Amino acid sequence: MTGLRYVYAVCRPFDAPLQAQLTGVAGDPPRMLTHRGLVAVVSHVPVEDFAEEPLRAHLEDMDWLAATARAHQGVIDALTTVTTPLPLRLGTVFRDDSGLRTMIEEREEYLRRTLARLDGRVEWGVKVYTETEPAARETPGRPAEKPVSGRDYLLRRRMRAREHEDVWQRAEAFATRLHTSLAARAEDSRLHAPQNAALSGARGRNVLNAAYLVPRAHSEEFVELVDRTKDEASGMRVELTGPWAAYSFAGEAADTGEAADTGEAADTGEGT
Amino acid sequence: MTVVERREVALVDLLDRLLAGGVVITGDITLRIADVDLVRIDLNALISSVNAQVPSPWGEGA
Repeated sequence: MTGLRYVYAVCRPFDAPLQAQLTGVAGDPPRMLTHRGLVAVVSHVPVEDFAEEPLRAHLEDMDWLAATARAHQGVIDALTTVTTPLPLRLGTVFRDDSGLRTMIEEREEYLRRTLARLDGRVEWGVKVYTETEPAARETPGRPAEKPVSGRDYLLRRRMRAREHEDVWQRAEAFATRLHTSLAARAEDSRLHAPQNAALSGARGRNVLNAAYLVPRAHSEEFVELVDRTKDEASGMRVELTGPWAAYSFAGEAADTGEAADTGEAADTGEGT
Repeated sequence: MTVVERREVALVDLLDRLLAGGVVITGDITLRIADVDLVRIDLNALISSVNAQVPSPWGEGA
């Protein structure tokens, strides 16, 4: 089959075979293309869907995007069981094998350096939500008394606003503390934008959406550390996802090495 | 507080990583979705059909 080349990841050579039933993006089982001692994991995809214009159009189709993202992740997951893949961003497409080889030649040093940096590491995702909406309203069945005066009304409004602020402040303080302590145990960390509840369907408001780069060998310890936070604060929910391939640490920006960004925890309240 | 470990990967977690993470390599055809602008438009349209008053899920500088 001709067509374009959709690239999932670049890896060091590995011996173990990939799962036979693995279907990649566009239903094409992933293949290996080895060049200069690096392995690109590739699917052949049709021009009608993956040339620039149709791809652009497809990306505005939520169902298509979801299916493609799941297929991409399926391949990365399979790779993760046999090696440490360097995942590429969704939608990296080449015209043919030779275009892909040229890229490997041009980016060889960077690819090798990043593979070495991520070798044996995984990414854990940690999110913090406020468990309930603040500003506990009137208890059902017991309607609030009507304010007796304008002054009374204003006072109640102010109290409610203060409760609201308290919840956010406690949530942010908790998230900042948690992030600082987790970042200290991780090799690197990244803050993603808080997730929108309408998209995630999660209860409560997302106040921390972070990723941590952790050596596989220390993962158990890291997970236990997250687990222990459950005793630390009430009214919060902590969600752990992973282990992921190191998506959040694969980019150029992540390549500066030691410069950990633990100071950014104060940003977690953005998004409004 | 509860710690929940989800087995099934949520799409929104996946998109955080696939659209904002991963190595950005300019392929022959690679769409410049590095800033997820295209996708943001769509997700916003999708979300606004659910709820007319929500901010972008992809905060600036994500």
